[in-house]
Amino acid sequence: MRKLPIDQLSALFQAIAEKEALYIPADDSSGQARFQRWHEGMEMTQALNTVRSAKDFFFPQTENLVDFKLKGKEIEVIDPRTEHEDFVVFGVRGCDARSFTILDKVFLAEPVDTYYKSRREHGTIVSLACTHPEETCFCSTFGIDPAAPEGDARGWIEGDSLYLEALTEKGEKFLAAVADKTSECGDEAVRAQQEKTRDIAKKLPLHELNLTGFNGENMLKLFDSKKWGELSQACLGCGTCTFVCPTCQCYDIRDFNTGSGITRFRCWDSCMYSDFTKMASGNPRLTQLERFRQRFMHKLVYFPANNEGEYGCVGCGRCLAKCPISMNIVKVAKALAEEVR
Amino acid sequence: MQEMMIAKAKELLGSGAVNRVLGWKTGEFVYDITPAVFTSVEELEKDFVYNDFCGNNLSKYLIKESRKEGKILAFLKPCDTYSFNQLLKEHRILRDNVYVVGVPCEGKTDGETLKAKGVKGILGIRTEGDSFVVDTLYGEKTLAKADALPERCLSCKSKKHMVYDELLGPEGEVLDSHRFDMVEKIEKMTPDERFEFWRGELSRCIRCNACRNVCPACSCEKCVFDNDASGIAQKAAADSFEENMFHIIRAFHVAGRCTDCGECSRVCPQNIPLHLLNRKFIKDIDTFYGEYQAGEDTTTRAPLTNYDPGDVEPSIVYGKGGKK
Repeated sequence: MRKLPIDQLSALFQAIAEKEALYIPADDSSGQARFQRWHEGMEMTQALNTVRSAKDFFFPQTENLVDFKLKGKEIEVIDPRTEHEDFVVFGVRGCDARSFTILDKVFLAEPVDTYYKSRREHGTIVSLACTHPEETCFCSTFGIDPAAPEGDARGWIEGDSLYLEALTEKGEKFLAAVADKTSECGDEAVRAQQEKTRDIAKKLPLHELNLTGFNGENMLKLFDSKKWGELSQACLGCGTCTFVCPTCQCYDIRDFNTGSGITRFRCWDSCMYSDFTKMASGNPRLTQLERFRQRFMHKLVYFPANNEGEYGCVGCGRCLAKCPISMNIVKVAKALAEEVR
Repeated sequence: MQEMMIAKAKELLGSGAVNRVLGWKTGEFVYDITPAVFTSVEELEKDFVYNDFCGNNLSKYLIKESRKEGKILAFLKPCDTYSFNQLLKEHRILRDNVYVVGVPCEGKTDGETLKAKGVKGILGIRTEGDSFVVDTLYGEKTLAKADALPERCLSCKSKKHMVYDELLGPEGEVLDSHRFDMVEKIEKMTPDERFEFWRGELSRCIRCNACRNVCPACSCEKCVFDNDASGIAQKAAADSFEENMFHIIRAFHVAGRCTDCGECSRVCPQNIPLHLLNRKFIKDIDTFYGEYQAGEDTTTRAPLTNYDPGDVEPSIVYGKGGKK
């Protein structure tokens, strides 16, 4: 383990930014946190987490996939990608760090999504342990330890020091690059902090959220539940939950007519929208109840059924905080629990 | 008040005067309240809540609910009654199918607003006089209510109900709200500063459509932005200005119909002060056509859908700094 005095944090950021692009969670003009490219003078946020998740780094809201240029009867197909720069994302919380594992299962499975893969290869994730989880947090339901987040490297801010530890080869490389700023140290302070954080985590109101029974075997029972009507009753059909979610990964691909050709792009889509997966025959899910059910069935049933029991949720709590009508995966899971137990 | 409301709901359900009740339902925490339709005494007793966190405007739900069988009891706050009236004027709610019970409102806050004040790990909240006492994972915190309310309640325009069949609690009054202060500040900016201000704010938009979907004035069956055939349906912006256009077009579309309930800004996950766009229109309409408050009544013609020989002349608009 290495450490660095916290008042040297800016110097550390400076050293990283000299070599590659660095992103940290910092407050924006509205007072909320978001990942921003670090520049001199930018400070880390005091907030627990960013409004938008860290998935944006690998799966941006919009990206151009291919350009078609028309010259008479000729069509030229152009790959619009330029070589990605290497980048470091510093300060990713344990929930978001786990979300990459989930996204990998979607985008890195055959056929591999090369747009996503390229970003993953160029990015180094340095996660940061939580010390003050919120009541909306329930990462422990998914076996995530907020005091020991995943990532290429991870850090803890304790007292007046930042402690760092590498977890992967990329993480080793990252630590080696800033070795002159840090010094070797023991892990007593970190272990003491972890114990404290884990104690707090046990007191969180959603600590005991139990997802037993949410699996492929109970798929139809859950799908046919009468509860969906009541649960989806007030849903506005907006995309807030899907867009702040670190694991929602659905997208649409569309063509944009540039006048002299076509730009084919993809953009985030939401299963809550009326035109989601619209096809020649229309939308297969005609009512908000069906769209609402799709989102939660995907996260709690379909995804684990296809991915060795891994849920499509990391318990970050963003949807709990941001849904305009305060309906969310926790309420859905609790309401449906009696169907399967 | 909550007990009075439950008693009233039970009475009307029991007598068969209504078959459903539109209100608010408790959640996991004290603040995460969901609008809900109740159909039985058991449901009311179990989940019905009315407290300082019932901010959702219920009127828009009545577009659908008033078309179902039987009469529905709707508990409406003063704010909600403006929206209700406006929707009546637009023939969107079937009045005969709704029994409106007006309920008082002393301002509604939410988890996000409290957290912006530095409160973390909320376990419980109780109201003591003019303060919220918040029990958190990290100790108890006391916040003055006046500091812990969102902007829309701090500049509340009215505690008076514009429509009701029955009122619980005392009749409130229309207030002198100072709600145009920020609009005036923005008006005083130079065009470049103003452009930068809005570009900055709107650049955070993630096009979740929450503002549109919650807005009682946005009641089109199919929004032009969701309509593939319109040619302007946007799932992704072609350039950074297109995102801005969505909000500007929406503000134009609800101009003269927006009651200033503030739901757009409440639901915005990115804290964009969208209500300021609408307030600018309200202020201009007041200036050019005389004081007008959408939702105040159901019979008058709105300035922008009416012609009057006394209507503002272009020269007056020029005099206000408009371009020739």
